[in-house]
Amino acid sequence: MDMNYAPAVPEIVLACLAMALLMAGVFGLERGRTVSWLSVVSLAVTLLLVLAGGTDRVVGLGGLFATGAFAVYVKVLVLLGSMFAIVMSLTFNERESLDRFEFPIVILFATLGMLMMVSANDLIALYLGLELQSLSLYVLAAFRRDTLRSSEAGLKYFVLGALSSGMLLYGCSMIYGFVGATGFDAIAAAVGNGGEPSLGLVVGMVFLLAGLCFKVSAAPFHMWTPDVYEGAPTPVTALFSVAPKIAALALFVRVLMEPFGDMADKWQQIIVVVAILSMAIGAFTAIAQENIKRLMAYSSIGHVGYALVGVATGTEEGVRAVLIYLAIYLFMNVGVFACILAMRQKGNAVENISDLAGFSRSRPLVAGIFAALMFSMAGIPPLAGFFGKFYVFMAAVNAGLVALAVFGVLASVVGCYYYLRIVKVMYFDDAGEDMDRPLPSEIGVVAGLSAAVVVLFVVVPWTITDFAGGAASTLFSG
Amino acid sequence: MSSGVGLLSIVTFLPLVGVLAILLLCRGTGEDAIRNSRMAALWTSLATFVVSLFLWFRFDSGTADFQFVEHVEWLPEFNIAYRMGIDGISLFFVLLSTFLTPICILSSWTAVQVRVKEYMIAFLALETLMVGMFCALDLVVFYVFFEGVLIPMFLIIGVWGGERRIYAAFKFFLFTLLGSVLMLLALLAVYLEVGTTGIVQALAYSFPPDLQIWLWLAFFASFAVKIPMWPVHTWLPDAHVEAPTAGSVILAGVLLKMGGYGFLRFSLPMFPEASEFFTPLIFVLSCVAVIYTSLVALAQEDMKKLIAYSSVAHMGFVTIGIFTATNQGIAGAIFQMLSHGIVSAALFLCVGVVYDRLHTREIARYGGLVHRMPAYAAVFMVFTLASVGLPGTSGFVGEFLVLLGAFEVNTWVCFLAATGVILGAAYMLYLYRRVIFGKLERVELQAMLDLTPREIAVFAPLVVLVLWMGIYPSSFLDPIQVSVQNLVDQHLAAMNAAGESTAFAAKGH
Repeated sequence: MDMNYAPAVPEIVLACLAMALLMAGVFGLERGRTVSWLSVVSLAVTLLLVLAGGTDRVVGLGGLFATGAFAVYVKVLVLLGSMFAIVMSLTFNERESLDRFEFPIVILFATLGMLMMVSANDLIALYLGLELQSLSLYVLAAFRRDTLRSSEAGLKYFVLGALSSGMLLYGCSMIYGFVGATGFDAIAAAVGNGGEPSLGLVVGMVFLLAGLCFKVSAAPFHMWTPDVYEGAPTPVTALFSVAPKIAALALFVRVLMEPFGDMADKWQQIIVVVAILSMAIGAFTAIAQENIKRLMAYSSIGHVGYALVGVATGTEEGVRAVLIYLAIYLFMNVGVFACILAMRQKGNAVENISDLAGFSRSRPLVAGIFAALMFSMAGIPPLAGFFGKFYVFMAAVNAGLVALAVFGVLASVVGCYYYLRIVKVMYFDDAGEDMDRPLPSEIGVVAGLSAAVVVLFVVVPWTITDFAGGAASTLFSG
Repeated sequence: MSSGVGLLSIVTFLPLVGVLAILLLCRGTGEDAIRNSRMAALWTSLATFVVSLFLWFRFDSGTADFQFVEHVEWLPEFNIAYRMGIDGISLFFVLLSTFLTPICILSSWTAVQVRVKEYMIAFLALETLMVGMFCALDLVVFYVFFEGVLIPMFLIIGVWGGERRIYAAFKFFLFTLLGSVLMLLALLAVYLEVGTTGIVQALAYSFPPDLQIWLWLAFFASFAVKIPMWPVHTWLPDAHVEAPTAGSVILAGVLLKMGGYGFLRFSLPMFPEASEFFTPLIFVLSCVAVIYTSLVALAQEDMKKLIAYSSVAHMGFVTIGIFTATNQGIAGAIFQMLSHGIVSAALFLCVGVVYDRLHTREIARYGGLVHRMPAYAAVFMVFTLASVGLPGTSGFVGEFLVLLGAFEVNTWVCFLAATGVILGAAYMLYLYRRVIFGKLERVELQAMLDLTPREIAVFAPLVVLVLWMGIYPSSFLDPIQVSVQNLVDQHLAAMNAAGESTAFAAKGH
């Protein structure tokens, strides 16, 4: 068996660095802040290694592991998401007495799991990556052990996550049973040999999809999301809303396009239904939310729905749209959570939307950024969020899914309402309690950076779309 | 086709320079910063207006082609580019936008006292978006500008508006967005059919008739809300009443024209057969709008609401004119839009003048203002008569041409529209009598002061323009003429081609 380690070098390095930092934390470095910065550096090193690895498709570790332009693109997003999450946690953790060195290290392991998911070329490798990620995230959700809500979030996440892993594994075992192999290439060969795929294979694929839907929090497998988002410490929620979601969606795309690419007629109807349900639940349920983290949970369900519209097309154009969407989604979400972390009154973090009243007077700059991000989330041009939706709907119309596109744009109008409501509270309502000053500088930097991306995307869209185009084409070259 | 950035981009993005200047230079919240931001906004918008005048001077009235064309690659792999250019149809809408923005800024000099910096930024950003929309020659660029307008307008209504501003702002935003997203899908469909998002290429393409019907409906959803047509006009009175004076001015002056412009630029030339098919629908809706909203206007107690309903009625004329697809009708519709842009803007400013003094828009609270405010009464009279359509004012030319065009196509439509003119005279003169004439009885009216020099500076250019457009309309109709003629010829050619192909198909059987 050919054991080519080259494609996995970034992951191996990250694993070693994470373990070294764990030792350093146990035997000396007491301060969480130092470990956090070292973790950011580790992620940056991994990022450079990923980029240095090149975009040619390479399969290694005996066929378990594959990289290529697609993997590189997604890994960059995932690593950026994790880095932002760690940076944003610095001050928050100190203020909330959570600044233990384990926190960034668990994020490192979670990120390692995500990278493995993205590169998995085998159902076993997929499962290993997914579980490493999930177990780390369960711990993170319950990181504030002494509060009921955080523990509840961790437990809920764990129980439901275990259930979904069970479904996923069951699906994998059925696929193995009917194909006789777990490698993506072997499955693709079995699916693509012409003729009607066996019923067992289809059932296996459906179970696999159900498990993945849970991980990306697509309706009807979204139930855990609001509670976990609300209960987890805010920087963890920020991480949840970007890195794992991007990794899982990328995995979703790869599983559908590579091994099951020739069964598109079977899975397309499932994805269409899941996308419609996610968009609808994201749009309508968020209207009634009072807690901003809960609102963001429903918003993320909606966004997954839009991304799945691109997946449902099953075309290269659709995959490119999804990848563009994910990049824009990353920056929007990171920015929004930076703004949420800026919401503190009298030394305490506040999470109610009504607490934002008068935010535009006490913090005009942050409120301006927040408003721009909200308009972007709502998909109003010329902000980046519009272009995310634009590419997705273009792919859908091109693939003949006009009804799905019509439903999507109508859902986005409904969704607009609750994003606008935040702008309304900040700008139109009478001032409430002032927010604390000063803002931690790293939060300001993250918010400003994401706002810059959201606003300036319209000027230089090719910075993202070109890479996404290259990444998408690798899934369809073979 | 020339490439690179030229005069149109300068006009479009010059206001953003003002935004940057306000953001970077006018720091702090003191008096100085507020005054500086007002000055910065005023001078930027005036400079933009002056630059835009060069478009008029250098405009070649002899051709229907797009002029000042710009082309910058933007998303080459999708064939989407930053394409700009204007023809006779869009020229004066650009000028209207750049003309009204400094007036808006000047009119809110003292009326707006809170968050002045943000207010000025919102108006300058709005100007960029409006101008860009009228100049765009690319479907995606057009949509970005068209939809982007919602953001500053939402904030203007919501932050500086009246009592029910939040309701009005949401209604405005969601109504227009609902229409626009359907247009977005139609734009995508056009793009996929044509292969590029260039408007010039899309105009030259002939779409299959059954596709035309769907695309026309999707565009209609957006433009009908925007212009607005009965029965989707209900957002307009709310938005007008709650918006600050300058917000109403820009809303009535320019934003409503985006719908009419859309019909002229997309619906009629791109989908001629569908337009022909749906013309009866347009005529019915427009006639209902003209008569019904005029009657509603007659019953209003609130000055702004009355003018808002009159806007719906006047826009009914515009849609009738456009879909007559005759030379007079279309030229009249464009002229009517320009005239309405000036006149309704001026009327809202007139309401603003007394609102600033008495803080009410209720008609019954006024009366006999002529005794205390003679100059105001004179100015108000000019615009009232222009709105009624008195010969010699701008309102007459547009209405007359539209009625002429309608008469050629359908006398009943002409007849019903003409009753709207009579009703228009009724509600406007009734308003004027109640506010200006009568005895000056109320104590609080005794202390009303006449127009200040700043207000005179605001009204003077508007009065001049209204009379100029009414007495010598040729300066405005000439540049429009060739483009309109071209539009009508193209439409006739398309209809003949469609007629021949069906005749051919019938012969073949």
